[in-house]
Amino acid sequence: MKSALDSALFPEGVNRCPAWKFFLWTVPWLLLLAWGGISAALCLLKGLNQTNMTDYFAFALWIVFDLAVIALGAGAFFTGFLTYIIGKKELKDIINAAVIIGFICYSGAIAMLGIDIGQPIRGWFIFWHVNVHSMLAEVSFCITVYLSVLAIEYIPIILENKQLSKIKELRLAGGNLHGMMAVFAATGTFLSFFHQGSLGGLFGVMYARPFAFREGFYVWPWTFFLFVLSAIAAGPAFTILCTKLAQAITRKRLVPEAAFQTLAKISGWLLASYIVLKILDTIAWVYGVAHPAGFAFTDFYREGPYGLWMVAFEIVIFGIVPALILTNSRARRHEGWLIAGCLMSCAGIVLNRFIFTIVTLAVPVMPFDRFVSYLPTWQEWGISMAVIGYGFLLFSLSYRYLPVFPKERELNATAE
Amino acid sequence: MKEKPANGQSFGMVIDLDKCTGCGTCMVACSAENNLSVRPDESDKQRSITWMRLYKVTNGKPFPDTEVCYFPRPCMHCDHHTPCVTVCPATATEIDYHTGIVSQIYTRCIGCRYCMAACPYHARTFNWWDGYFPKGKGIERYLSPEVSPRMRGVVEKCTFCHHRLMRAKTLAYNEGRRELKENEYIPACAEACPAGAITFGDLNNPDHKVYKLKSDPRAFRLLEKLGTEPKVYYLSSKAWVRRSADNYRPGEPVHTVKAG
Repeated sequence: MKSALDSALFPEGVNRCPAWKFFLWTVPWLLLLAWGGISAALCLLKGLNQTNMTDYFAFALWIVFDLAVIALGAGAFFTGFLTYIIGKKELKDIINAAVIIGFICYSGAIAMLGIDIGQPIRGWFIFWHVNVHSMLAEVSFCITVYLSVLAIEYIPIILENKQLSKIKELRLAGGNLHGMMAVFAATGTFLSFFHQGSLGGLFGVMYARPFAFREGFYVWPWTFFLFVLSAIAAGPAFTILCTKLAQAITRKRLVPEAAFQTLAKISGWLLASYIVLKILDTIAWVYGVAHPAGFAFTDFYREGPYGLWMVAFEIVIFGIVPALILTNSRARRHEGWLIAGCLMSCAGIVLNRFIFTIVTLAVPVMPFDRFVSYLPTWQEWGISMAVIGYGFLLFSLSYRYLPVFPKERELNATAE
Repeated sequence: MKEKPANGQSFGMVIDLDKCTGCGTCMVACSAENNLSVRPDESDKQRSITWMRLYKVTNGKPFPDTEVCYFPRPCMHCDHHTPCVTVCPATATEIDYHTGIVSQIYTRCIGCRYCMAACPYHARTFNWWDGYFPKGKGIERYLSPEVSPRMRGVVEKCTFCHHRLMRAKTLAYNEGRRELKENEYIPACAEACPAGAITFGDLNNPDHKVYKLKSDPRAFRLLEKLGTEPKVYYLSSKAWVRRSADNYRPGEPVHTVKAG
């Protein structure tokens, strides 16, 4: 095979497509980024009037997207925890991919938040004038620090690039960082536990919004624990999906099946326990919060498109069904069922975050207030889609130039 | 969270809905007093800035039994675990336990809008645009030098005309007094109401009218069940009006919870 223009940068002993083909592959993602760039410039220069947010929908598409990508990015810390702390050796074959996906999700979310606040140049006030009672302050602290941890976990992978590792100092630095990875994995786990939880706490503490409010343990509402649990259930499912997608696109086997199976099994059991607790939480919320505030359960699902179908989808179709698939070893081994289970699990978590963000704000609390609806503008979609474009681009670049999948060579040896 | 002082004041409002005609003078007076910005097109009410908003409520019965009531809604200055204050990540909004007033620091607000999500009364509005005061129409001459205008991207809300409290205090200190007399400090809405429907004063002071009015049998508060302890009370002799101030499940009786 004729060597590609940039073949000197490829990992040792693997095949990559020609440079022109790779460039063509990146074009759609670059276009998404350009769309996002224009949207971001408009929002930063002209203000948030470029969106369709209102005084009713103070949080909207961007917050749903932020919560969703942060939850789906939980695969990074949780796989790190399983690999380095619990010692699941087979996950070493997928941990790099999990870290890169996590890095993409978190950096994308922080970039979106930077545009979402009305005064982006005052973003640092969260740290300077911090209100320690605010869940949002806690989230900001943890995701910022955790992004640094993810960067530290990503750097050794970058330093393993064929050309970079020729430089002795960089090679040693990468090796040393790699040796300390358990420390960072533990730090990441600690930080992630708190911010995933605080994202749930964000809604659970709003006691004057009966749709979102939850009782809890000490300062943490039940949503705190449910968000952690749902994130560590759906995060690994998302890591599996991304890696399976990479395998389909590159037409190669990149990760041994054992790693997928371990992750899927853990994800399935976590999802199953989450769904049990979620059902209990819903019952407790109806009787403990909604009724005392004067709301019947169905009052929240009466108007607009936000009907009871959401509860059915969130708990049954995207909850119980994928939990049954992923906990069943026969179903899990079947490629189609595995992917369907992971897709449903991820869809469930996105729907959950959507409900907490959008429906909380759409349901009027004052009885004489009215239901309002919201549809995002192209600028809001642009910024959200840019995160997807950025994700594809960074993952593709990492795959092309870095040894992301340690078993790639071995798994594809016969094919070559 | 700061401790509540034992002898603190607690400024609050009692709005008599039996007297309110829904004329909107309170809204206009508030906007003029507090330099509220306008838009060339104000038709999008979900994005226009109003600190005092008037809600029209009807009893839902057909003519000739239709009855209408207007709820003027300023900020409630919630006393218990103030929903907006506790969530603000940058301490840009605070409750002063010496006066009970919930303030907003515009130059510190980062515009995350978490406070707006936490407030069930929609008492907070966001500056979606830069402040706008049409030129050449004399509006600039009406701007109050005591109230800072707000920039784009921050949240604003009713302050119970806090600058008037500052002015009244300065006056009192100049006269060698430490205490304010009743009615020496009242917000613009209360002053402007032609029907005299809004009474303002210290809810902790037994000599003030509001102290007695808040215990009136007609008194109730908005969304009292949530436990936010608003410092704005309403009076109405009509049961359906009192019922429309809170959520009730079918068959649930109207509560008679009263704050101390």
